Amino acid sequence: MSRQANRGTESKKMSSELFTLTYGALVTQLCKDYENDEDVNKQLDKMGFNIGVRLIEDFLARSNVGRCHDFRETADVIAKVAFKMYLGITPSITNWSPAGDEFSLILENNPLVDFVELPDNHSSLIYSNLLCGVLRGALEMAVARQLPLRFPTVPQVQMAVEAKFVQDTLKGDGVTEIRMRFIRRIEDNLPAGEE
Amino acid sequence: MTVHNLYLFDRNGVCLHYSEWHRKKQAGIPKEEEYKLMYGMLFSIRSFVSKMSPLDIRYKLHYYETPTGIKVVMNTDLGVGPIRDVLHHIYSALYVELVVKNPLCPLGQTVQSELFRSRLDSYVRSLPFFSARAG
Repeated sequence: MSRQANRGTESKKMSSELFTLTYGALVTQLCKDYENDEDVNKQLDKMGFNIGVRLIEDFLARSNVGRCHDFRETADVIAKVAFKMYLGITPSITNWSPAGDEFSLILENNPLVDFVELPDNHSSLIYSNLLCGVLRGALEMAVARQLPLRFPTVPQVQMAVEAKFVQDTLKGDGVTEIRMRFIRRIEDNLPAGEE
Repeated sequence: MTVHNLYLFDRNGVCLHYSEWHRKKQAGIPKEEEYKLMYGMLFSIRSFVSKMSPLDIRYKLHYYETPTGIKVVMNTDLGVGPIRDVLHHIYSALYVELVVKNPLCPLGQTVQSELFRSRLDSYVRSLPFFSARAG
């Protein structure tokens, strides 16, 4: 199999219908496999997480964005560079918490949900939950650790981000809103491996 | 001018890949030990590198780190100038393209991909400061 070693910054064009239909097929299959919405939501988050930990490397390789010094800079990069690069949309950033550790991303339109309507028997399904997992996985890799994990006698500082949908056009809201929260945890022992 | 060797580490200190081209002497310890020592040294250097300018030593250690903790370490002789673009290319066009984007390549462990190894080798050998004759 031959592969180009250097694609530079160009992206391969793919039909957005194919992307939307592929994602829809994925969610539909998960609904059949898991039978309840909560489990599907968890699977979507987990899959998204595994995508996110790789996607962040591609993002850094292609975007020339350096280290972000605070959560505000991170928010700007997510909305204006990353969303644009991968989904072709630029969400707006609003509702900063006073401490600067929470903000919202407002998406006027969401390419994942073109042609989608939620049926009544799936009212707790978070259809686009993959996105939350991707954000979580990508940011968990990119926020600074204070010490490498091989010093078990020293308490580890783990930084993570929580992402969740608080409004969804699929559920009748006017916009889709993802709430992003920066979490700092201190753990006394070696953390377990990622999912 | 030549290239001696190259290390690729991830954020946990796992040595993902090691290649050598012109290395004048071996360390006399198992490779795994050497990787740990190299990583330990890098970690120590990082904590004061911003406060001191590098000393002139018998080789140059070129270091590139991403916000995700991927570290590319290339040792060359003194004749080689700044090579940030080379190290970035190794990260973006080789590691990300051939390893990260391949779902069959697991992360967090030594890279098994022969394609990655051979592409990296070809790339390093093609560099203008790489010569078949060391020194």
